[in-house]
Amino acid sequence: MEDLSQFPLELDGADRPMVSFRKVTKRYGSLTVLDNLDLDVAEGEMVSIIGPSGSGKTTVLRMLMLERIQGGVIYVDGQPLTHEVRDGALVPASERYLRRAREPIGMCFQHFNLFPHMTALQNCMEGPVQVLGLSRQEARARSEELLDMVGLIDKKDQHPSRLSGGQQQRVAIARALAMRPKVMLLDEVTSALDPEVIGEVTEVIRKLVREHRLTIMMVTHQMGFAADISDRVCFFYGGRIEEQGPPSELFGNPQKDRTRQFLSAVKSAD
Amino acid sequence: MFDWKWDFAFEILPRLGWATLNTLMAAGGGYAIAIVLGLVLALAQRTPLRLLTFVVREFVEFIRSTPLVLQIFFVFYVAPQFGIRLSPWTSGMIAIGLHYAAYLSEVYRGGIESVPKGQWEACRSLSMSTRDTYVRVIIPQALPPALAGMGNYLVGIFKDTPMLSVIGVAELMHAANAIGSEHYRFLEPYTLVGLIFLAISLPSAALIRVFETWVRKKLGLS
Repeated sequence: MEDLSQFPLELDGADRPMVSFRKVTKRYGSLTVLDNLDLDVAEGEMVSIIGPSGSGKTTVLRMLMLERIQGGVIYVDGQPLTHEVRDGALVPASERYLRRAREPIGMCFQHFNLFPHMTALQNCMEGPVQVLGLSRQEARARSEELLDMVGLIDKKDQHPSRLSGGQQQRVAIARALAMRPKVMLLDEVTSALDPEVIGEVTEVIRKLVREHRLTIMMVTHQMGFAADISDRVCFFYGGRIEEQGPPSELFGNPQKDRTRQFLSAVKSAD
Repeated sequence: MFDWKWDFAFEILPRLGWATLNTLMAAGGGYAIAIVLGLVLALAQRTPLRLLTFVVREFVEFIRSTPLVLQIFFVFYVAPQFGIRLSPWTSGMIAIGLHYAAYLSEVYRGGIESVPKGQWEACRSLSMSTRDTYVRVIIPQALPPALAGMGNYLVGIFKDTPMLSVIGVAELMHAANAIGSEHYRFLEPYTLVGLIFLAISLPSAALIRVFETWVRKKLGLS
């Protein structure tokens, strides 16, 4: 059993990180995907996560939203996410607690995962109505505003099957934003898109970064885009952060061999 | 060649007509039980409770691996020994409903498993409850692929209702047997029963296909 008393019950102070991984380990069977990961993301920070496949970069996001960890603690907005406080100690979180603790987190996926039996508008309204308990009227107003922001208000009554990949991903972003998240997770949101529609999705993300004080963690293969909009880039290798820093430094003057190898491999593939 | 008597056939037709109503009622009642109970059996196999999942799984296997007639006899003749006394109608519907619930639970299971994993993850990312996840997202998408199988079993349950004649439910087969032994003529009643089954099964199968397309369209899935 892991000694959880080394971890604080909550993080406080004005400069506390929005997301904090503390010695987080994730295993699938005997395969260790994340190894003692420490990572803090400040409020309003835009962090890009890059790395070769199998480096654990997508797992970092999945830990926050979809899966359990085998070691360490994750905090979101100061509160433990993976654990809850019971009798003054941290214990693994119950399903119920997890669901509540994840409410400030939104996520967009590589394959959009829109609900195919609902229109764009219904997709956006689903969470606010069912989970947040908003009235249909409020949820509709909020969703329409967001669909307008992503430039798809004229498609609000279309089902996903009638939308292009880029349009579906923009609806998915609006759907996640309708929950008013504090943290947004973007998991390879442009990887499944045709090259000519990638721009419309990255444009929406740029807008998010510019106009909203949202904490964003983005896993991506688009180095140019990551360099453009990130405050910080983390290069993952073998379940650890091999190197991290502002994009100008990480891309302009990488310190580690593996980073250089990865970046030159990506560049030559482009 | 045939010793077919039209006047006899017309004479017994009203009686068979009434029995057809009984057959439809038995099939409908049994199917209603099967549809609801089948969903319960399917969902029970998806809970994190290992023991419940195991018991339900074995129960479904047991029902599917034993003959329907035996199950009908069991409910009607054996249950009274445990103090449960049921009319032929009630026992018949329970037996046939239970039997088809086991089959339908497999159809539902297939339907639920056909929903992409990403849909569950999307529900999770919106913090939806398990109940909302099923009711709002998973079941609506699991339904269209399940409809074909559900339709097959609707026709199946209809064709299996003659088995209820063994415990004296006055459905079509029972009526045909009675007519036959009263008049010593079996050709007309059995032929008519066959035709009646055909006349109901064939259009039903077509209707189910139309319904399937309609549901898909209604859900915006096609």
